[in-house]
Amino acid sequence: MTDMLKITDLHAEAGGREILKGVNLTIKEGETCVLFGPNGSGKSTLLACIMGYSSITVTKGRIEFKGTDITDLPVDERAKLGIGMMMQRPPNVYGVKLSTLIKASSDDAETVLADANKFHMDRFLDREINVGFSGGEIKRSELLQLTAQKPEFILLDEPESGVDLESIDLIGKKVHDLLYYNAESNDNRHVSSLVITHTGQIMDYIGAETAYIMKEGKIARSGKPFELLKEIREIGYGE
Amino acid sequence: MPESQTVREALNKKGAYGKDLDLDHYDVKADETVKVDDLKSSEFKKYMENVGVVADEIERSGTMMFIDNNPSHCSPRVQEGLEIMSVKEALKKYDGLTDYYWKAVDPTKDKYTAKTYLEDGDGYFVRVKSGYHIKYPLQTCMLLNMNRAIQNVHNIVIVEDYASLEMITGCSTAHADDALHVGVSEMFIGDNSSLSFSMIHSWGKQTGVRPRTATVVGKNSHYTNNYVILNPVGSLQSFPVAFLGDESSATYNTMCIAHENSEIDTGGMVYLNGKGSKAEIMSRSISMGGKMTARGRMIGNGVGAKGHLECRSIILKDGGTTLAVPELEAHIADVEMTHEAAVGKIARDQIEYIMSRGLSEDEAVSMIVKGFLSGGSINGLPPELKKELDEAIAAANVGD
Repeated sequence: MTDMLKITDLHAEAGGREILKGVNLTIKEGETCVLFGPNGSGKSTLLACIMGYSSITVTKGRIEFKGTDITDLPVDERAKLGIGMMMQRPPNVYGVKLSTLIKASSDDAETVLADANKFHMDRFLDREINVGFSGGEIKRSELLQLTAQKPEFILLDEPESGVDLESIDLIGKKVHDLLYYNAESNDNRHVSSLVITHTGQIMDYIGAETAYIMKEGKIARSGKPFELLKEIREIGYGE
Repeated sequence: MPESQTVREALNKKGAYGKDLDLDHYDVKADETVKVDDLKSSEFKKYMENVGVVADEIERSGTMMFIDNNPSHCSPRVQEGLEIMSVKEALKKYDGLTDYYWKAVDPTKDKYTAKTYLEDGDGYFVRVKSGYHIKYPLQTCMLLNMNRAIQNVHNIVIVEDYASLEMITGCSTAHADDALHVGVSEMFIGDNSSLSFSMIHSWGKQTGVRPRTATVVGKNSHYTNNYVILNPVGSLQSFPVAFLGDESSATYNTMCIAHENSEIDTGGMVYLNGKGSKAEIMSRSISMGGKMTARGRMIGNGVGAKGHLECRSIILKDGGTTLAVPELEAHIADVEMTHEAAVGKIARDQIEYIMSRGLSEDEAVSMIVKGFLSGGSINGLPPELKKELDEAIAAANVGD
């Protein structure tokens, strides 16, 4: 399998503080990886760096996507190359309806909009994006947008956080569809992904091959996802 | 009616706001009557349709059009309950309209009202008789057709008790640019009635615009004032005012784009005089390098009066000025009035969020700006106009 994403010695800062201190990470085509780590270890910063958000400044190192150096590319060009992201706390976008963004970002918007009810989002299509959405509604909105966008590589920042138990099942299944297979469209995809999780609940829905633990701005360890999760539950992140 | 001498003195009185326009600059008389019999085949059709006035008049209750200072077209399509004619005809028919003519607007207010008074400006007279609810909007159109001329129009709108009307007013320049539009509008809403008055303006880059509008609202009635200007204009200043009776309400929605070299100073003022009266003044504007002033003023006089004022402005280009002036004035304890104002650029995280779905930065900005305008809670806009407005916003040159 070829490399989908290759990160080499990545250093990055936000608000004048160095947060990533030499990250090395390779994700193969079709691989699903999970990322564990204590709060403040730099997980969300790493995802924001890969997507290219300007709140983070890369000071050293390199990000390659499908063999192309994307370290300095703007966000939209990364999206056009096939990167998509589900943010943990996306901004309120005043004035822009969810359906407007879906129509502009998908070549098959009609199908996606018609399927919005399967995400329990049909009543939200005419609403301003994220404005007044609950935790679960934000997640389902993000997933609907990603379904429209059809990225080849997906960054998921805590897809299960702030979601009630009943909604987790729907969100988990939709994440699964997004990564592997969409029965209705008979679209047998297997996209790559990097998934941040604290609880590991999302792992019941995705077949993650590799897990990484991030600590103090670096990848500290890698291993089998459920083994690492068990270890974290028993002894924490340790020293 | 004031003495002519008093009004003549007011010809030197500058407007309270906005650039002082020299009336002597407009030295061309525009008295010629241009008759338009068939709107659909008229050369003015494109100018009308650009500002929401439809030539086929489908789903409209009638059309009244003024080109410069004379009535050009009048087609009343509703036979019962709705009267439209020129003010001059109405003055004859109704013995000088003594209860209405110059009763809401003071002719000595400033040089623009004084000029209109002294020139004896004609305009549209609209009356909905008591008990009638007019189904489709009535449309009026004011066109400037001659350079260096002044259009001095004086309109009277009356909605009697237990009645309702929606009006769409499109104002534009045809074969003129450096001209002045002064529109005095006096509106009277009776008890248990409503009037929705939606204006779409599209002027020239040198046009001066000085509307002077006052609305007197009776008891338990509602007035909606929508104002939209998306194209460049020379200097526009307007501060329409409403006086509310008991349990009445008013809504002002303003949507503007201030292009480079344009000066826009507009908003709404509401006297909450009646017991339990309510008002909402909303303004959304974009500065593309022009001078934008968004005003809102509420004066709370009635027991239990409530009001909210909101001015939001996005600045897309440097070089202009954006000023939000929200004012709340209370004269008794039992009132509740609030305001919020926000001026600045679009937050970077919103732009990048849209970009992360594959849209370019310009596309993202344009989507947010157009959404900001069309989502600007223009409630009470006639549905017939909503589509046209959305199209105008889509065509507006903002960020793309």
